[in-house]
Amino acid sequence: MKATVHVTLKNGVLDPQGQAIHHAAETLGYSTLAGIRQGKFFEIEIAEGADLAAAKAEVEKLAHDVLSNIVIEDYCVTIEKSRSAGGDDEEHSGGHA
Amino acid sequence: MKFGVIIFPGSNCDHDTYHVISKVIGQPVQFIWHRDTHLHNCDAVILPGGFSYGDYLRCGALASHSPVMQAVKTFAANGGFVLGICNGFQTLCEAHLLPGTLLRNNNLRFQCQFVNLRVENNQTPYTRDCAPNSILSFPIAHGEGNYFCTPDEYLKLEQNRQIVFRYVDAAGNASESANPNGSLGNIAGIINEQGNVLGLMPHPERACEEILGGNDGLQLFHSLQISIEEYLKALDK
Repeated sequence: MKATVHVTLKNGVLDPQGQAIHHAAETLGYSTLAGIRQGKFFEIEIAEGADLAAAKAEVEKLAHDVLSNIVIEDYCVTIEKSRSAGGDDEEHSGGHA
Repeated sequence: MKFGVIIFPGSNCDHDTYHVISKVIGQPVQFIWHRDTHLHNCDAVILPGGFSYGDYLRCGALASHSPVMQAVKTFAANGGFVLGICNGFQTLCEAHLLPGTLLRNNNLRFQCQFVNLRVENNQTPYTRDCAPNSILSFPIAHGEGNYFCTPDEYLKLEQNRQIVFRYVDAAGNASESANPNGSLGNIAGIINEQGNVLGLMPHPERACEEILGGNDGLQLFHSLQISIEEYLKALDK
C-alpha cells in the first residue's frame, strides 16, 4: 500500500520559482504555457499489514502538520490500495484551510 | 539571569549569539541541544540563525518539530522570552508561535547586506532601549525572508502593534526599493500578541561590535537584559 501527498501553494501566494521556470520555458520556445506553479510530491510506503484506516489517518496528520504549511499551502492525499484487492484502488482526500 | 541558545543540526549563528551574550553583554549563557526536553532554567531562549536540517522541506519546518520545541512552546505560553533570529524566526512561524510564514525572496536571490530597520514599536521587551521610530542598521543574510500572512492576520498585526521592525530607506521610509525580499508591508520582525516572542530576519548579533560594522544590535540585547532583570525582580517580591 502506498500513499502519495501533493502539496501546492494556495491561490494568491506568490510563486517566484514557478515564475522563473515559466520564463525559462518561454525562452526555450515553449509558447503555449500560460503559467507554472511549483509544488511538492511525496511518496509514502505504508508498512505491510498496516490497517488502512489507521494509515490513512496518519498520512493525513503528517500532511497537515509536517509536509505542508497550511498558512500558504494546500495538500492532497491519495491512498493506493493493493491491486489484488480489486475494485477501486485509489482514494483521495485533501486539506484546504 | 541566564540566556539559552538552542543548537539545531545546521544552526550556524549559535556561536555568534553565544559570544555576544557572554562577551559583549556579559551575561551567563548556555547552549541547549535540540534533543533536550527542558530549557535548563534559562530566563530567555534564543533560536539562532542558520540552516536547520539543511532547510529541507521548508525553512524551519523540521526544527519546529524538535523535542526542544515542546519545551519552548510551554516556556512561551508561560510568558518566557523567546527570540528567533533569521532561521529562528522561520522556525517560530513553523511552530505557530508567531503568525504567518517566510517565503522565498521575491527576487529569488540570497540577500546579504546591511539594511535599515525602523523601530515601529519601542514598547516591547526587545526594543524598550530604542528611541521611538529610531532607525537601526542590521545585516541580513537570507534567501527566504519574504514575510507573508493573510490580510486578516496583517490587520491584526497592525492593530496590536505587533510589527516591530520594517525595512526602510536611509530617510526612514518603508519604500519598495528598501524592501530586500518582498515582505508584506516591509515587515522585518514581528512579536506575538502576548508580547514575549519576537522573530526577525535581520541579525542583531552580527551588529554588536564596531569592528563588525556597527553596534545597533546592542539596543535589542540590552532591552532584553533589562526586561529579564525586571521579570526576575518581580518574581522575588
